[in-house]
Amino acid sequence: MSRGRICYVRRPMADPKITLEQVLHVAKLARLTLSDEEARQMQEQLDAILGYMEGLDDLDVSEVPPTFHSIPMDAPLRPDVPERCSDRSETLAQAPASEAGGYAVPLVLEVDS
Amino acid sequence: MSGFPWQSAFEIREQVAVGSASAVEVTRAYLARAEELNTTLACFLTIDHEGALAAAAQVDHKRAAGEALGPLAGVPIAVKDNLCTRGVRTTCASKILGEYVPPYDAHVVEALRASGAVLLGKTNLDEFAMGSSNENSAFANVHNPWALDRAPGGSSGGSAAATAAGLAPLALGSDTGGSVRQPAAFCGITAIKPTYGRVSRYGLVAFASSLDQVGPMARSVREASQLLEVVAGHDRRDATSAERDTGNYLAACDRGVKGLRVGVVRDLLDGLQDAEVRASVESALGALEQEGAILVDVALPHAQHAVSVYYLIATAEASSNLARFDGIRYGLRVPGKDLTETYTKTRAEGFGPEVRRRIMLGTYALSAGYYDAFYLKAQRVRTLIRRDYDTAFEHCDVVCTPTTPTPAFALGEKTSDPLEMYLADIFTLPPSLAGLPAISTPSGLSGGGLPVGLQLVAPPFEEEVLCSVAQAVEDQCGLLSTHPSALP
Repeated sequence: MSRGRICYVRRPMADPKITLEQVLHVAKLARLTLSDEEARQMQEQLDAILGYMEGLDDLDVSEVPPTFHSIPMDAPLRPDVPERCSDRSETLAQAPASEAGGYAVPLVLEVDS
Repeated sequence: MSGFPWQSAFEIREQVAVGSASAVEVTRAYLARAEELNTTLACFLTIDHEGALAAAAQVDHKRAAGEALGPLAGVPIAVKDNLCTRGVRTTCASKILGEYVPPYDAHVVEALRASGAVLLGKTNLDEFAMGSSNENSAFANVHNPWALDRAPGGSSGGSAAATAAGLAPLALGSDTGGSVRQPAAFCGITAIKPTYGRVSRYGLVAFASSLDQVGPMARSVREASQLLEVVAGHDRRDATSAERDTGNYLAACDRGVKGLRVGVVRDLLDGLQDAEVRASVESALGALEQEGAILVDVALPHAQHAVSVYYLIATAEASSNLARFDGIRYGLRVPGKDLTETYTKTRAEGFGPEVRRRIMLGTYALSAGYYDAFYLKAQRVRTLIRRDYDTAFEHCDVVCTPTTPTPAFALGEKTSDPLEMYLADIFTLPPSLAGLPAISTPSGLSGGGLPVGLQLVAPPFEEEVLCSVAQAVEDQCGLLSTHPSALP
C-alpha cells in the first residue's frame, strides 16, 4: 500500500458522484425519510465515499469471476423431520401490536362498501 | 478467591472445581466490579444479576452433587449485545431494538451455558455492529481502559474494554470486517476471527451475511483458544456452518513456532506512517525468528482495494438484512398514516446516522443501473484479494501484518468523517473478504502507553497455527502482566 492510499483528497462537488435527487430516490427505495439537512449531508458523505471507491476503476476485472462465497460449500440439506416451532404467544409478545393471534398492522387496503 | 480480578478463566474454573471459591462468590465479585466500573467505561448495556447468579448457583450445585463440570464452569463471560439471549434484552445498541427480548438463545450462547460459563450481561457495540470506535452506539460511548479519552475500537468495543478492564476474563464479540480484532488491538487483548463457517451464526443478528463470524476475546491467547473450542462446531440451524471437526486450539498454543513460515507483507509494513506500530511489529517478528520461525516476504497487491470492496459488499448485504426492521413484527414502531409511512417513520427514528448511511450506500450499490459498476465489480476484486492469499500461502503458513495502522485514536477524532473511519480498517478487511481465520494479539505498548496489536492470518480452517504463533508472540512481547493504567 502506498502512503497516498490512507489519505484522500476531498473532490470539488462540481461533478458529484451522486446527486441530491439520487439520494432522495435511494432513500425512498430503502424506506428511509431524510430531512433537507440530512439529505444534503448524506449526499456530501456518499459523494466522498463513492469518489474514493473510484480507485477500483484502475483494475480491469472483466475476466475475473466474482466471489459471492469466500469459502466454497454446498447448500446442505437436513432430514425432513417435523419439529415444534416456537411458541406463538412468546413470539407475538415482541410485536409492537398484536390482535387475535396475529400481528396488527396499519390499514393496507381501503375497500368501499 | 485469589487473583481477582485478573485471574484467568483456567484459574477460576480450578478454584471452583476444587472448592476454594464458589461460583456464586466469583460471580458476585465480578458483578460488583462490572456495576462499579460501568459508570466510567459503559461496557455493558445490560448487567444480568439474576441470570448470572442463577447460572453460578447451578454450577455450585453440580459440584456439590459430584457431577462433571464443563470446561468453563463458573467462569464469568461478557456477551456482545447482538447475540440473542433468551429472556434477556438484546438491543444491538439500536433504538429500533431497544426493548427487544429474544425468545431463544444464539447457538454460541447455548454452547456457553452448556460449558458452565456464567453470562454476566450484554456488552455495548456500534449500532448493528457498524463502526470502528463504538461511537455509533445509540446508548453510550465505551471508553478505553488504557486511556479514557481514547476509543475502545469497534464494533465489539464493550466486549474488548470489559475484558481489558478485568470485568470478565472472557467475552464474545462478532467480526464482519475486523470487529473483534480491531477493538482487541486497541484494548490490549487477544481476539480470534474464525474461518467463515467455523462458528454458527444462529442467533447472531445479521449484518453482512457473507462476512459475519462470532469471535472469542480474552486477555490471553490460551483463554481465547479455549473459548473457541467451546463455541466452534457444526450447527444445522446455520446453512453456512461448516461440517468440520473442531480443532485442538488450546493444545496448539504449546506447539511452538519452530520451522513455521511467517509471511511478512513488506510493502504494507514499510508504508506504515506510525513508526511505533511498525517498530512493534518488527520486534514481534524478530522474537518469532528467535523462537525458530522462518520469515518470508509475501505480497498482497490488492489489499489496498479492500476498503472499497468491503464497504460496497458489506453495505449491500446490510441494506438487505436490515430490511426486516420495519416496525411490524418486533422492536420499535412509529405509527404513520398508512403502512409505508409506518415503515419510513420507524426506520428514520429507529436507526442512527451510521446505520442509515450504510443502508443508503448499500441500496445505491444494488440499485438498477449501478449493480454492475459497484456491487458486482467489488465481488470481482474480492476474488483478486482471495487469490493474493492463495499465492502467499504457497510460501508461508501465516501472514503477519499490524491489526491497525495506529494505536487507539481519540474519541471524537474521526466521527465527522465516515471515510476516515473506514480507512482505519485497512488491515482487518482483507482476511474478512477472503473468509480466512485471523487473530489479533498484543505486540507491546506504544510510547504513549497504548497497546499495539499484531494480526496473523491463516488458510481456511487452520486456526490452530494462529494459536501456536500468537502464543509465541504473547510469550515474548505480550501484555499479560501489565494492566490498564486508566482504571479508576
